[in-house]
Amino acid sequence: MQDNSRGSSFYKRVIEATPGGEALSLCLQCGTCGGSCPSGPDMDATPRRLFAMIAANMEDEVLGCNTPWYCVSCYYCTVRCPQEIPVTDLMYTLKRMAIARGRYHKDAHVTFSSNFVDLVEKNGRSFELGVMTRTMLASHPIASALKASGYGLSMMQKGRVSLTPEHIENMPQLTAILDEAKHIASQKE
Amino acid sequence: MSPANDHYAYYPGCSIRSTSKAYEQSTMKVVESLGMTFQEVEDWNCCGATEYFSINSLPAYSLVARNLSLAAEQGASDLVAPCSACFLNLHKTDKYMGKYKDLNEDVNQALAAGNLGYEPGSLQIRHLLDVIVEDIGFDTIAEKTEKPLWGLRVAPYYGCLIVRPDSKYNPEYPTHLDELLRVLGATVVDFPLKTHCCGGHMTQISDETAYELIRRLLHNADEYQADAIATICPMCQMNLDVFQPQVNRMFKTDFDIPILYFTQLMGLAFGISEKELGFGSEVVSANAALKKIADEAPEKAKKARRDKKALPMPESLP
Ligand code: SF4
Ligand code: SF4
Repeated sequence: MQDNSRGSSFYKRVIEATPGGEALSLCLQCGTCGGSCPSGPDMDATPRRLFAMIAANMEDEVLGCNTPWYCVSCYYCTVRCPQEIPVTDLMYTLKRMAIARGRYHKDAHVTFSSNFVDLVEKNGRSFELGVMTRTMLASHPIASALKASGYGLSMMQKGRVSLTPEHIENMPQLTAILDEAKHIASQKE
Repeated sequence: MSPANDHYAYYPGCSIRSTSKAYEQSTMKVVESLGMTFQEVEDWNCCGATEYFSINSLPAYSLVARNLSLAAEQGASDLVAPCSACFLNLHKTDKYMGKYKDLNEDVNQALAAGNLGYEPGSLQIRHLLDVIVEDIGFDTIAEKTEKPLWGLRVAPYYGCLIVRPDSKYNPEYPTHLDELLRVLGATVVDFPLKTHCCGGHMTQISDETAYELIRRLLHNADEYQADAIATICPMCQMNLDVFQPQVNRMFKTDFDIPILYFTQLMGLAFGISEKELGFGSEVVSANAALKKIADEAPEKAKKARRDKKALPMPESLP
């Protein structure tokens, strides 16, 4: 359960991977975060509970929770937390850790996220943000995907779906920046 | 406060160029009629939405920072984003670079690989609504209003990201959009869920969770008999509009509430034609709602409060 393979506890690694993460040590377990969370009822563990599990270094259990994936990034918890803990950013950290370790919950939209990222890294722009992406990126034939989804069809009719992505002109520049960022990040791991 | 004409760099964002063209169309019309000039950030790239930050953090910040760097290079003092999610990412990256030294160094090292760099704080990152309310002001907007939206009951929907986690507006109960709509002549209804979440990309994970969030918002607007919901974000518009039929199917409801960009409503009040404002691209048609706009101010708005010293009831707020 406890993973000290990197020489520091899960708890410490979560904190280090989050800007302002030190505040986690101040968690009062007051539950304001979970009580404010629109997705709270659908989460395996509320943010409060998750933070107690992190403090207990329950890495596998934490990374296996659906909680970060059900976080819609609304920042209610963050503005309401009496200890100014960056709850939403911690959810992002947990997503990244879960992906990096291949231990994420079955509902995680990792394919969606990574396909989105691939598109951005290829074109510099995303397209059809949100709608259509799941079906299109799952590489179903576009026509059947459109038929299968009522909303896709209505978006087509309203001229709100473009089938070719826009792209930026200076892709080499963006690629150089992202490659360098990945390089720096990998050195810090 | 009159806007200097060239200090706004404009970051459109990906949605406004694909799923939400009506927002950009109406924005450009309104901006033009207010005498402002938006200079598009040349060769801007995607802000990464929430997705990129879920995968890799430093590349995500660097992705956003490329836009900041390009905008600052153009000599702008303000960077304007009409999309709340883009606004958040741009604003947060600028702020975090200023606050966390390591992050700033790393991001700038990455930018340097593309011969760019960004000094945090060199730009004011602002959402379109903030620019219109603060820099143009209600007086000018009132003067511009030729065809007040009399009789139209509008629920002002802010969503999350322009008020949270960090803004000068109240994070839970802002009122600047209320005020703006009122100046346009609309009847602004109470909308207790005005800053609740539209679900973001939850539709990609769980229909039940996502549709329930959307249902709550529609239900709340319906309770206050709103003819339309005014929105300030492409993602909010899409979730509430495009998925409204799905929500109706799942919950056996019959919501029929058009979701309109605040710029579309401004444009209407300024006398700009529906076509030029991109009306007709909404999935839930705005036609019925627009027919409610009356030639005369509704009775209630004319009535003065009986006792000037009495506290106004929520319903009777001017
Ligand atoms: S609101 Fe803040 S202090 Fe309270 S349980 Fe949540 S994270 Fe901890
Ligand atoms: S940001 Fe995420 S965890 Fe926090 S209240 Fe919103 S959905 Fe819940």
